[in-house]
Formats: sequence, C-alpha cells, structure tokens
Amino acid sequence: MTVETPSDPRVETLDRVVIRFAGDSGDGMQLVGDRFTELSAAFGNDLATLPNYPAEIRAPAGTIAGVSSFQVHISDHDIVTPGDGPNVLIAMNPAALQANLSDLAPGSTLIVNGDSFAQRDLDKAGLTQNPLEDHSLDAYNLYVVPMTSITVEATKDLGVRPRDAERSKNFFALGLLCWMYTRPVAPLIEWIESRFKDKEQVLAANLAAFKAGRNFGETAELFDHPYEVRPATLRPGNYRNIIGNLATAYGLIAASQKANLPLVYASYPITPASDILHELSKHKNFGVKTLQAEDEIAAAAMAIGASFTGALGITGTSGPGVDLKSEAMGLAVSLELPLVLVDVQRGGPSTGLPTKTEQADLMLAMYGRHGECPLPIVAAKTPSHCFDAAFEACRLAIKYRTPVMLLTDGYLANGAEPWLLPDLDALPDISVAFATEPNAGTEFLPYLRDPETLARPWAIPGTAGLQHRIGGIEKEGIGLDGEGGSGNISYSPENHDRMVRLRAEKVARIAHDIPGVEVDHEDGAQVLVLGWGSTWGSIQAGVRRIRARGLPVASAHLVHLNPFPADLGDVLRRYPKVLVPEMNLGQLSRLVRAEYLVDAVSFTKVQGVPFRAAEMEAKILEMMA
Amino acid sequence: MTTEPIALTRKDFESDQEVRWCPGCGDYGILAAIQFVLPELAVKPEEMVFVSGIGCAARLPYYMNTYGVHSIHGRAPALATGVAMTRPDLHVWVIGGDGDMLSIGGDHLSHALRRNVNLKIVMLNNQIYGLTKGQYSPTSEVGKVTKSTPFGSVDFPFNPLSVALGAEASFVARTHDMDRKHMMETFRRMHAHRGAAFVEIFQNCNVFNDGAFGGLLKKDVRADMLIELRHGERIRFGTDGQLGVAVNEFGEPHVVAVADVGDEGLLVHDERRADPTLAFALSRLSTGPHMPTPIGVFRDVDRPVYDAEVQRQLVAASERSGPGDLAKILASGPTWSVD
Repeated sequence: MTVETPSDPRVETLDRVVIRFAGDSGDGMQLVGDRFTELSAAFGNDLATLPNYPAEIRAPAGTIAGVSSFQVHISDHDIVTPGDGPNVLIAMNPAALQANLSDLAPGSTLIVNGDSFAQRDLDKAGLTQNPLEDHSLDAYNLYVVPMTSITVEATKDLGVRPRDAERSKNFFALGLLCWMYTRPVAPLIEWIESRFKDKEQVLAANLAAFKAGRNFGETAELFDHPYEVRPATLRPGNYRNIIGNLATAYGLIAASQKANLPLVYASYPITPASDILHELSKHKNFGVKTLQAEDEIAAAAMAIGASFTGALGITGTSGPGVDLKSEAMGLAVSLELPLVLVDVQRGGPSTGLPTKTEQADLMLAMYGRHGECPLPIVAAKTPSHCFDAAFEACRLAIKYRTPVMLLTDGYLANGAEPWLLPDLDALPDISVAFATEPNAGTEFLPYLRDPETLARPWAIPGTAGLQHRIGGIEKEGIGLDGEGGSGNISYSPENHDRMVRLRAEKVARIAHDIPGVEVDHEDGAQVLVLGWGSTWGSIQAGVRRIRARGLPVASAHLVHLNPFPADLGDVLRRYPKVLVPEMNLGQLSRLVRAEYLVDAVSFTKVQGVPFRAAEMEAKILEMMA
Repeated sequence: MTTEPIALTRKDFESDQEVRWCPGCGDYGILAAIQFVLPELAVKPEEMVFVSGIGCAARLPYYMNTYGVHSIHGRAPALATGVAMTRPDLHVWVIGGDGDMLSIGGDHLSHALRRNVNLKIVMLNNQIYGLTKGQYSPTSEVGKVTKSTPFGSVDFPFNPLSVALGAEASFVARTHDMDRKHMMETFRRMHAHRGAAFVEIFQNCNVFNDGAFGGLLKKDVRADMLIELRHGERIRFGTDGQLGVAVNEFGEPHVVAVADVGDEGLLVHDERRADPTLAFALSRLSTGPHMPTPIGVFRDVDRPVYDAEVQRQLVAASERSGPGDLAKILASGPTWSVD
C-alpha cells in the first residue's frame, strides 16, 4: 500500500500510541473514536479498541455519570490489547477529565476543551476548583484548546446557528488528532460527505470543524511537532477492521452457507447483543430470516421451531436473556436438535452493568439448567475470532444435533481489531444429510443414534413416512438389547438413566472432534497461564512483558469450554503452577480444579473492563517468585 | 405441479400411541373430530405439524401420525412461529389449554395473533388446571373453589375470544366438545383461513371441573343457550327461534325476543367486517356459561400473513442485490492489503 509521506519534516515516529477520547455521552466520542480507528485501520496500523459508555442513553449532561469514552491503541507492530492507560487523553469537559485522569500517567499528553471549564461545568462535575488553574495538572503536557469557540467561529459563515455549530466540536477534536498523528484525511472527508449527505448544514459544519482542528494543530504553534505511527507488518493478506458482534454475525452466515441450511435468527433486543440482530437483518438476500421476538423465551422457542423444520436456528442475547432461555435450552437438549445460543456476556447479576464487559456466565452455560443438561460451550477470544467461534458453534450444533452456547462478551462485541479476511472457500463443509427413509425396517426411529457421534437422525417435516413426535418428556431411547429408539414417552427408570448418560456421553465425545490445547510453551517455564474468552489479549500482553524480562512463562487459551480438549489434564499437570485469570470470581479455575485435581490459582477482576497488561505481569511475577 | 389423488382416512392420522386422557374426558371427542376432518382437507400427514405446550390438551400431538413437538409450558405459539416462518409450505396447528395459552403463554398467544402467523391455534378451554390436579385457571369464574383457592378465587377471568380479538386476530371462532359436526365445520373454516386462526373449544374436564359448561351444553338447554353465528344471517336462536340478538342505541348487542323487535330488528352477522368492534361486543354477550353464548365464526378477515411477508422481503432482497456473496460483504468498506 502507499503510505502518505508526512509533509512536515519534524514528524517524530512512534511505534505505538494509546489515545482516549472522553466527553459527555452527547458529545459524539464513540463516533470520532470509531472514525479514528477506521482511518488507522485503513492506514495499516495494528489496533485494538475499548469503547466505554454509560447505560443511560443520556445521563445528565456534564456529569461524571454521563461520561463516554473511546480508547484506541494503534501501533506499527502486532498488539493484543487496547492498552493499559492512554498516552493522550482528550477531555471535552471537566467531568470527562475527572473520570479519566487517574488512568493517565504523569508526563502524558492531556488536551482539554478550554471552553467548557466555566463555573457551571465545574459544578456539574462536582469540582470545587478549576483544575486548569490550580496546578493539579502540572504533571501532564497540558494543552488547553478553545474547541467550542473555534468550531463556532469556523462555521459562522455557513449560516449554522451557534448552538448547532457547537455540536461539531468532536470533529474539531478529531481533526486535531488527525494532524497530531498524521492520519490520511481523504477517507474521513469522504465519509463525512456520504454520512451527512442529506443534512447539508451538518455536513458543512462537521467538515469545517474537522478542517479547523487540523489547521489549528498546524498553525497554532501550541504543539511542537506531529507524530506518526507507521503501518504494522502483519501477516500478508487482505485486512479490514472488525468488531466482535459483526464477526459473530458473519460467522453465523458463513456457517449457514457451509451447512447449506437457511439461517433463522430470533432475538430480543438487549445490550450488548442487539447489533448481531441488526446486522443479520440486513442480509435477507442470503436467505437469512430474522425475527424480533416478543421476549427472550419466545426467541429461543422460535429458533428451536426453525431447527425442527430443517433450518439453522440461532438465538442471541446477554446474561439476563440466558436466564430466561434456560428452560428452552433444556428442551433443545431433550429434543436433540441443532441450536446455537449466543451469549454476549455483560456485568451481572440482574441488570448489573449492561454496557460493561464480564465473563461470569461460564457456570451458567455449564450448569444453568435443571436436570442433567449438558451442552457444548465455545468461547471467542478476540473480536475477529468471534467469526471462527460462531462457525465452530454451528458446526458442533449441526453435527451432534445439540444446542451449543457461544460465549462472547461486551468487550469483544464492541471492540475492534484488524482482521485478516478468511478464505471462505477453505472453510469446511459442515452440512449433514436429513433422514429421508425409514431407519429400522419400515419404521422410522427418531432416537436411533449414529454409533460414532451419538447424534440422532434429523427428519424434517414434509418427508413422507418419517412423521414423528418429539417432546420434553423423557423419550424411549435404544435399550441395552438394541430395541427401542422410538422417541415415544417413556417413564422407565432404566431408560431415563440410560438417556441421561447418553446425552452426557454425546457431548463428552466432542472432545475427540476438537483440537488439543495449543500451548505457547517456553523452555524452563514453571507457570502456565490458562485463559478463556476475551482475556486472551491481556494474558498475551502480560506474558510478553514477562518474556521481555528474559523470564520463561507458558500460556494456553481455551476456545472449547465443554467439553475441554482431551489433553487439557496432561497439559495442566506438566506445570508446577497454573494461573487462571478471569473477569469473574474464578469459574474456569473451579472447573479445572474439579475436573483435573490441579491446584490452579485464580486471578480475578470484575470491574467491567479488561485486565491491564501491567496487572497481569505483576501477578505472573508473583507466581514465579 | 401435479396433484396426486389423495384418498386418506382417519387412520392415516392416528399414531400408534395409546390415548391416555382420563376416561370421559372431552379431549377424546376433540381428537376424533380432528382426525375425522383432516382427510377431507387434502393435507398429507407429513405436511402437518402439531405443536403444543404443557397440559392435558398438549398431549394431543402424540396421538397424531403427523410431525409434532410437545414443547414447554406456554411457548407453543412461539415455537410454532419458528416452524411456520421457516416453512410456509407446512400446515401448523397449535394445541393447548386455557392455562397454557392464557396464563403462562398469554404473551406468545397474543403476539402470534397480532403478527398473523399462519398458525391454527386451538385452545381447549375447561376452566381448570387438569394436569396439576385441579387449580383454578385464568378462565375460571370468580369465587371458584379449587385446591389453590379453598375460599374461592378472587381473580377476574379472561374472556378468551375478547383476548384474541383484542390481539388483532384475523380469525376467531368458538365451538364445543359435544358437537363433532360443529367442531369439524369450525376446523374446516379455520384451515381455509390463511393467517393466524384462534378457536376456543368448550371442553369438559370430568374429573376436576365436571359440567362447567353444563348450563350451555346439556341437551335440553342447548337450543336456548347456544347462539349459532352464521355469516350473512340474522342472529336468531331458541327452541322455536323465538330469541335473537339486536344492537342497542350504543351499538351493543343484547339478547331480545324476536316478538319484540321483529325479524328485521335482529343483527345480521358479518364475520368479514374489517372493524372488530362488533365481533368483540358479540364475544362479550355472555359473561359465563349461564347466559346465552354465541358459537361459530366471530371474525374471518384477510390481513397480510407474517410468513408470506417475511418471504416477500427475502425475495425482494435477492432481486435487488442478487444472491448473497459473503466474500463481497466481508470486503465491503475500507480494506487494505499487506504484502
């Protein structure tokens, strides 16, 4: 690709930078964060993002509760996290400054909108003194920029009313940052022109504000010189920027195509899962049917109904929705039909922290249903990996005729990273044949299983001669004498015992159909860091820091949580110490302790944000001591 | 498409499972009426799906030699919605009781009706919880003494047809388990309707609520207590046709003596009225099985059908954008290549 050569000879090259845009939730911080990310992605940087916004659509303006922020980490090399703290903080008001300052290391750059530090702004943020005047910010490279007034001035001639003009100040901030980090601006100007094409004045105002921001950087002589972060040398191939929810939606479509089954996605709106529904509802020309159900339970039931008729039934939600769907998941386990439940985990219990991330639904996925009710669990580790994990969840559901839980979380759902576009032709064929003929003489036995996978035949309505009735009541399976399998109601004690064990065995056998644990081992490593889900980036960052100190450490990350890979026990026993970092109170650690009798040490954090690399490093060091 | 001659009989729709309702249960007659009428409807057993929730009535799918799902309590209309929207070629019947459909599943029933999903929803109303052995249901009358209401229920009951009409149902009818002919005719009409159809069947639970509808259905009172609605005809009933239904100055139907108003003073039943107000008012003519009560088709109107609309959007999208190309979608928006 061609890289714009910065015109300014004073440009200083950085290998990475972490930038955080922070403002009121009405200030458009997510929007400019997104834009900066897209520009950097198209420029070829590696990147990771961390959006952070309040659950309220509009908390009182100017208050700490209403602060919204977007952190983006860009680099010229492979990175795995959005960064611990920002190198540059843009604070649009005192509340944003107050809420984010503790993450900013001394010596870092702080850019504030000087126009929003009047007494009433300070009052709303609960400040008694003006931090711009009381020397409390002396440790930072502070730049006070009158963003609002310059924006109003720059848009004055466009006939924009001052109150409306003020709303473009986020584009001023974006323009300034684009100058500071020598971002190519053409794509952004094109984006503004296309996005606001129906609102002439808004378009003109945003464009003017953006240009004013850039010009301010160049001419104000406030900033000494701009920086650049060169494109990263990633694996060769075609890249795009992707967020987790989008990757999940695409993974489901890919699975539907490779399974040759129509996709039916039934869901009820819930943060942070709704974007999967939004995305899938756009792709009707793929034969994708989406259904916004009346509630979470209905969504699960609808997906089961779709699977019964020979579609790939999917339902998606977050923790509170999983609670509601648990009875339907039990039905799917009993019916032995393909189904995928996507759980985009968020902070709990109850409504908890709807917009913040957590990975505390693992036990819920494992055990959150009455009776012996096992189902496979797949977890995504990065935003782009949501594509692979969604595909894998569908593969297992279809092949084994079982509901599968796919765990992602709020951080993955909204976090972005560059994605090496997959070769779709290389994805495996995951189609299965429907039953078309009687399987026992002239009879059709819906619970006569495949001897290897233990999956039962999938006979769909419309198939003559294979009519059958299935339900949630215990069904007659194949007996020890080889008789049975009718699926008719059976209250026989022996039959129930056998069916409970068969359903468990069916899930357990999947261990032979998934890859072994991939261990990133180093000679001499005494500590294995074992993770799952979105902690992958934090764990990698921590491990890299340890290795940078010349110390050996091993790591492994689980994608399959039920069943575990067949060799997990052997892997764990190879290391004197096992550390399990999780954004919960130790759920995987309990599972591996129970399963393998290893003294795994739990390391936990439930603050709604990912572990920092420094925290991870410190904990691993402590384990090594 | 060639149509094969179908000569099916009741037997073709019977499964090999022993029917296990209590002896004397009204469900037997309902099952028989369904199995009698299906061969007439030129529907193949493999094209039919019976979906149910939980309850005595919900066992019905096991007795049908069709495809069937006995699902979870209350959720049958939702599960059936998944079936119907995926496969508009199927005939999907939903069977449930008053507790299943109006209590735990009231939500799903009303949403299936408002969406106008192509479902034939048959609610067996016996005004009691039978499978759990005799608690009051959402259609039990106030004051009902049951195991869970030893001092009488203080809950005001639902009027199932009013609920269905309030939920924008495009087809609403009522029949009862003592009249196979009327049941079969109601099922024929229900089957012919494209969209969501709701049929309430007065059903006797001879164990926990015996004779609940006796005031209407006993042979000697039936003529004076059941008002058979017939499209395009004046609403008239009674042993000698001496009674009828007229509308008062407020537009409310009420029972009158024909002698008082004359034949021309009676309301002409119009099940195809776009406005559901009259049908709703007729559904409230009686407040319980102690007053003359209409049966038959209350409402039968055409409305866009959910599964057809879903399909239409799919076809339109394919015509607009061609078949889906995932590689193209993945590569849409800014991409860059690394050499």
